[in-house]
Amino acid sequence: MRSNKSTQIFLIGLSLLYLVFLLFIPAIFIFYGAFHRGIEPFLEALGRRDFQQAVRLTLIATAIAVPLNTVFGLCAAWAITHRQFRGRSLLLSFIDLPFSISPVVAGLMLVLLYGRNGWFGGWLEAIGFKVIFALPGIVMATCFVTLPFVVREIIPLMQEIGQEQEVAARTLGASEWQIFRRVTLPSIRWGLLYGVLLTNARALGEFGAVAVVSGSVLGRTATLPIFVEQAFKNYLTEAAFAAAAILALFGLVSLVLKEILERRSHIPIKS
Amino acid sequence: MAISSSSYQTAEQTKQSYWSKISLPWVVTIVQLSLILLLPMAAIVTKSFTVGPREFWRLATQPIALSAYDVSFITALAAGLINGVMGTIVAWVFVRYQFPGKKLIDAAIDIPFALPTSVAGLALASIYSTNGWIGEFFTPFGIKIAFTRLGVLVAMIFISLPFVVRTLQPVLLELEPEIEEAAWSLGASAGQTFWRVLLPLLIPSILTGVALGFARAVGEYGTVVLVASSIPFKDLIAPILVLQRLEQYDYASAAVIGTVLLIISLVILLLINLLQQWSRRYAE
Repeated sequence: MRSNKSTQIFLIGLSLLYLVFLLFIPAIFIFYGAFHRGIEPFLEALGRRDFQQAVRLTLIATAIAVPLNTVFGLCAAWAITHRQFRGRSLLLSFIDLPFSISPVVAGLMLVLLYGRNGWFGGWLEAIGFKVIFALPGIVMATCFVTLPFVVREIIPLMQEIGQEQEVAARTLGASEWQIFRRVTLPSIRWGLLYGVLLTNARALGEFGAVAVVSGSVLGRTATLPIFVEQAFKNYLTEAAFAAAAILALFGLVSLVLKEILERRSHIPIKS
Repeated sequence: MAISSSSYQTAEQTKQSYWSKISLPWVVTIVQLSLILLLPMAAIVTKSFTVGPREFWRLATQPIALSAYDVSFITALAAGLINGVMGTIVAWVFVRYQFPGKKLIDAAIDIPFALPTSVAGLALASIYSTNGWIGEFFTPFGIKIAFTRLGVLVAMIFISLPFVVRTLQPVLLELEPEIEEAAWSLGASAGQTFWRVLLPLLIPSILTGVALGFARAVGEYGTVVLVASSIPFKDLIAPILVLQRLEQYDYASAAVIGTVLLIISLVILLLINLLQQWSRRYAE
């Protein structure tokens, strides 16, 4: 469209101003808040025991949840693309649900199911297995919010490549595992990596759902995002910003990797 | 003869391996979906319905809940509309115009997806507080942003910002230049071309983006819990109310208000699906 120069400059300026106030200043402020008094307060926060416990818990929960959802994603995508059945689109909508359910509601559901007064509460207590206010609950909450990422990325790729190569491999006597390793996996690998990256970023940073199921006890059941909130509320501002800076750094690295992957694999822009 | 027998065998093999192959992925899919998603959903729905319809209605419409829906929905709607306008402008600028640093800034639009919500909340609460980098400019006018409903609005605008931009960008890229050329050759001005020709084409996508952002903002907890003071009848949002009820061991209230939120997010999801069908039909 032939828009004149001044409209163009006005619109560019307006957009940049909007992004600066809403995105850039907050993003920069996290690092300013962590380092504006030098590196010492930052290092001091890193030395805190409750901080180190939060890092450990976050890493453990992510290390369990991401592989679980990767396997689930591969299985679900395979199941959905390799067979026509009634209710296929219903199943797809179900898998997408975690994107639209509030993380707090997600956490609440898990509490109502696995908590002391929940359906499985009495039974779990009898065998001495704690889910809520413990690691299993945190892992489940993380799995819940990251459920759709891998499936969503792989399904279009699996649909696109079709099954001819797999059928050919099968005719030539390949086992199912060989077909998966040698035929399916190579053609979906970028999409898979992309999905795993998104899952990982969200798993490291999930706050709402985990806050509900973990009980947010500093030094015991706080993950790193919860540490940020609890430290801020307890006026440990420097510790809060130190943890926030580390999480923000991970987030920004994920963002860069995502850009690179998008360019490599030509995955279209999506929300 | 030889050919037909071999193809028969292949079909038979395919059929056999079909079942052996399908069983494992299906088992994993069903187990994970049940444990993580289906059973928990069943639990909340059952819990909130066991209180009986009258009690359900009473808990769902208690005054504190009504005010929390008001704060959540009206503020999320305002955030959605602001992003509907600003997001359209941003998407337009990034698709149509050239300026230095464009690629980098474009990538940065995903910051709200990349930053954990508590981190974003911490930053927004600090910047928009009365003596923060941005908040201090509003203090002389008596405007407080952080720890008021305005703070909730800022947090919701922040987290729903990428939705409109990211939904609209691919649509703008695919828009055929012939449409605009036809409009000018018939004598339309730049403004007329935009308002009369382009905007109607973009409306379904803009609305989809707004609905996606609205859905996210209504359910948002992390950013808001740090930016708001969460005082009932002032700036308490519904998800935070659910958590407060849970912390007071008031499971019935928590489940009922949670179910209301769940139903609303399902309705929005349905709406988004309809909008997407509409925009697909529009594109054809």
